[in-house]
Amino acid sequence: MNWFDDWALTLAIFLPALGLGIVLMLPKAEEQLAKVVALGTSLVTLAVGIGILAEFDYGKAGRLQFNVDEPWIKVINAHYHLGLDGISLPMLILSMFITVLCIIYSWNHFPEPHNVKGFLALILLLEVGMNGTFLAEDLILFFIFFEIVLLPMFFMIGVWGGPNREYASIKFFLFTLFGSALMLLGFLALFFLQGSFQIPTLAALGDGNLAETTRLLIFGGLFLGFAIKVPMFPFHTWLPDAHTEAPTVGSVLLAAILLKLGTYGFIRIAIPILPHAARIWAPWIGLLAVIGIIYGAFCCLAQTDMKRLIAFSSVSHMGFVMLGIATLTSFGINAAIFGMVAHGLITGMLFFIGGSVQHTFGTREMGRLGGLLKQAPKMGWILGFCAMASLGLPGLAGFWGEFPAVLSAYQPSHGLSTDAFRTFMVIAAVGTVLAAGYLLWMYQRVAFGEPKPEFANAHIHDVTTVEWIAWTPILLMIVALGVYPDIIFSLTNDGATHIANLVKAVGG
Amino acid sequence: MLEYAWIIPAIPVLSFVVILFFGKKMPKGGSEIGIFAVGTSFMLACITAVQWFQRVENASGKSGGAALSAFGKGLFARAGEGGVIVQPVVSTVRWFQMGGVTVSIGTRIDGLAVMMLFVVTLISLLVHIYSTAYLHDDVRFTYYYAALSLFTASMLTLVVASNTLQLLVGWELVGLCSFMLIGHWWEEQANTNAALKAFLTTRTGDVGLMIGVIITFFAANQSFDIGKVNASALAGLNGHTIWLVGASCLLIGIIGKSGQFPLHTWLPDAMAGPTPVSALIHAATMVVAGVYLGARVYGVFWQGFSIHSGGLNAMAIVGGITILIGAALAFVQDDIKKVLAYSTISQLGYMVMALGVGSWVGAVFHLFTHAFFKALLFLGAGSVAHSGSHHSFDMKKDMGGLRKYMPVTFITFMIGSIALAGIFPLAGFWSKDEILATAGQNGFELFTVVGLIGALMTAAYMTRCVYLTFFGEYRGHHHPKESPKAITIPLIVLAGFSVIAGFANASLFDIEKFKQYIEPTVAFPKNIFGVDFDIGLAALSVGIALTAIGIAAAFWIERKELKGLKGLTERSSVLKAGHTFLVNKYYLDYLYTDVIVGGIKGPIARASYWVNMNIIDGVINGVGKGATVIGRVVYRDIDQLVVDGAVNGIARETDQAGGLLRPLQSGRVQRYALMLFAAVGLIALALAIFG
Repeated sequence: MNWFDDWALTLAIFLPALGLGIVLMLPKAEEQLAKVVALGTSLVTLAVGIGILAEFDYGKAGRLQFNVDEPWIKVINAHYHLGLDGISLPMLILSMFITVLCIIYSWNHFPEPHNVKGFLALILLLEVGMNGTFLAEDLILFFIFFEIVLLPMFFMIGVWGGPNREYASIKFFLFTLFGSALMLLGFLALFFLQGSFQIPTLAALGDGNLAETTRLLIFGGLFLGFAIKVPMFPFHTWLPDAHTEAPTVGSVLLAAILLKLGTYGFIRIAIPILPHAARIWAPWIGLLAVIGIIYGAFCCLAQTDMKRLIAFSSVSHMGFVMLGIATLTSFGINAAIFGMVAHGLITGMLFFIGGSVQHTFGTREMGRLGGLLKQAPKMGWILGFCAMASLGLPGLAGFWGEFPAVLSAYQPSHGLSTDAFRTFMVIAAVGTVLAAGYLLWMYQRVAFGEPKPEFANAHIHDVTTVEWIAWTPILLMIVALGVYPDIIFSLTNDGATHIANLVKAVGG
Repeated sequence: MLEYAWIIPAIPVLSFVVILFFGKKMPKGGSEIGIFAVGTSFMLACITAVQWFQRVENASGKSGGAALSAFGKGLFARAGEGGVIVQPVVSTVRWFQMGGVTVSIGTRIDGLAVMMLFVVTLISLLVHIYSTAYLHDDVRFTYYYAALSLFTASMLTLVVASNTLQLLVGWELVGLCSFMLIGHWWEEQANTNAALKAFLTTRTGDVGLMIGVIITFFAANQSFDIGKVNASALAGLNGHTIWLVGASCLLIGIIGKSGQFPLHTWLPDAMAGPTPVSALIHAATMVVAGVYLGARVYGVFWQGFSIHSGGLNAMAIVGGITILIGAALAFVQDDIKKVLAYSTISQLGYMVMALGVGSWVGAVFHLFTHAFFKALLFLGAGSVAHSGSHHSFDMKKDMGGLRKYMPVTFITFMIGSIALAGIFPLAGFWSKDEILATAGQNGFELFTVVGLIGALMTAAYMTRCVYLTFFGEYRGHHHPKESPKAITIPLIVLAGFSVIAGFANASLFDIEKFKQYIEPTVAFPKNIFGVDFDIGLAALSVGIALTAIGIAAAFWIERKELKGLKGLTERSSVLKAGHTFLVNKYYLDYLYTDVIVGGIKGPIARASYWVNMNIIDGVINGVGKGATVIGRVVYRDIDQLVVDGAVNGIARETDQAGGLLRPLQSGRVQRYALMLFAAVGLIALALAIFG
């Protein structure tokens, strides 16, 4: 299987591009064919992912595997360098997996203005960018994939979005672009000062040779780029608008994968390359993270729109992920990666339901909804299940992102302020109560009680076959990861410990 | 069975899945699966218990003999000798590994665990049977049985947990089941409100539990293992303070789950669920999870609160207050289930106080006996509602005189009440006395007095409750009759246990089975208090209870000489104020629901959102607008006029490249982007200068 080892990652990125090309060449009227091609492409890509899972050497999960390293742009010494370790593996699989399910869900849920061909092309382009970001080991390559993602999402919101789509899409685009620009600046600074764009090279070099101010500024640039993507408080305001306006599939992809590009950037790039700077920044990142947890939860409580509530809950949940990262410990980074996967599955699923509720009732206003359990009991059950998963119920995936993150804050990396982080720990733990509050209030308003008069006699569809096909795998994964968290931890532990040790090694 | 105890929770997990997917198709709607599963678990729990007794016997050097004869012999043999070490049976498998720590999942079987396994499976089985009649025509019969199975599985997982993390998992899952079952009739807003209140209040306590688990994890040098946590705590590893903080946090978890003051307010509301659920979850099993936790990691509390020194400590104080405030509220309830709910709060207070005053055996023993008589009382109340008062729980409006119509319910309810009141020789007498004697003999005299006052109040409110329900004239408008067998048989079984359970540790007759079989011998305080039976105290407490019954009976039966007391709350302003205070539940509900929750949901959430929309977002929008304005100015006045053609060319290029966007966004994006890149360029310049 040497051939596969060499080409697997390239295939993982560019197979969707191939499918994209075919979809674009099809005549616009051939909707069915476009769907089949898109689904086929995403399935073949997922098959590559399964091949990678089979070939992956789990004993060396901390090391980069399936390496491809070819000179690319000689003049700036940029390489076409791809690699995969236990940290990127779950993210890659998640991205492939969710893309397939999104295409399945789209089958008969195409939002206005329809245009099947264009919509599917954008999903495939997104997959190129997402997979590429998780596999890139070169900063320029990373940057390009990171930016590729922006475009399809911009169009998805701008063309297929809700009434306020223009404002939301521009805000999304500019906000993230602003962050990326500063991030690029950081990359360039690294190149000029350290002489390489290669992530492994830079990580081996560390930032010990850089002046204090320089490395702090570079980290600052990367921080802005990643923090906006996550999004961290106070850079989050693009998110609720983007989510509210985006079509269902757009919201799912945004929540499930796109946000993780930011946290992934912290884990893969910012911390290992700039460990000294990370130590200085960590308490502030932790502070913003816990503010985000509480603040996001409060904003959730003020919402009347179901989708907007789920959007704000992302701000809160990503706060736990960032808190884990900010501790710079193995516990914290493991928790963060688990949290990323769990949040991807759970919040993605919540957005799916939000979309179907809108589809069925024509509204997401919780004041108008009610009695979902009565009219569409299966959907009501699934919503309840996801709400429980999202509030971090043990036995479901969400818990293993949350609890270890809180745990890690008790003992942050050696030399970081224990007092500060223990305060964060308590605040984050209080956040779990607020999470239960907003999710259960949402559930009470949407699912409990009697249906409102305006819908009392309406013919309401329960979960359709297509929805079952798209959702069942996610629901099973939420349970599987919740019961046996080692599925993720066994992959991430080596890599996370390695990063934590890098930071510890430079600690005072 | 001791090594394979995981099967006991695994069976109801399986039955949960089966009922969920196939229950509706079964002839009895899935109830037969649930009953069969819990019945099997019960039998396995009994076998496990017997094997544990044998293990203790063997360790004590006695010849084991046949399982049952060992149990029978054990029942009347003298208490075991001190100094015999019986290791708990721990069997685990690797769960996950992370950050250099391997966390296992498995079972820790010792006396405490087998006792709980027995109680949980027995009461769950009886409730399963009872519910076939009680919820016969329920809209969600199958769903109800699925939830019962899930609850039983979660509770058993919690009980057998070998580490604190696994315990936390079971703990949260029982909370989920409680939520599902309180909100069983979710069409009514009142029920869903109660379900939310229960979940959110206990979860508030869970913040304490979560942090407590984390602190003890680090204090025990990164281990969740219950044995290690206890041993580390008793050794005072990493200093005393960390254990004090850990114990305080865990205590908050106990307060939330076990309905202790001041987080008890969810428990009476939880009565919105079906009555058998109240019996199983909100009286006999789940709410004692907090007490169980306290007993499980007792080393942490012993060390953290320095219980051996005999001083005041938070645990004993919380328990003591809860005894009194719960009992006081039980007086002013007209709803029979609410009387029992407040009584549960008060009795849980005894257990927590017992832990706080070093009476480990007392706490666990009271947990054991209370489970039987409180489940009995709840199921009795359910029987009354089912067949006597037409689904009403209002004692004043729809009950009265039921003893004539429902003799079995009446007699069993009486037995339960007497057991609860602590009258010799029923179950409650022995366990309550154990607690009071231990407190009195080890420097906690204050808490003995609190306990005695509590006993007085308990006897009085139960008398009121029994009188209003079963005596006098029938005040309802239906045709009361005795309940069917599926309801009365569980009542009779529980009444039997309420009579005999106390003899498991009847120290008056030198029977100390709890001391011998249940009390741990490993990772347990070596200097835990012993206790001698105090006949004077016992007589005093029974005397107090009897007096209370007498006065209360006289009061409610309206003896002439006490008539002057009637309506006293109306006439005396002080008493009236007190009565109002009680009726309003000390205004705690007002504080929580209106002030705290209302504040967070209302002004605080709205304010946060306002900040979000107007300040944070305002900045963003302002920047956007400003940039557009500046852009226009720059473009028109500087770019076009000043900057040379090369720059113009580049701008045009960019503009054309983004042609795709134009129909949509009228080209504004490019301009923004250009501006931003220009801004970044400036910052780059700054970096180059200062870097």
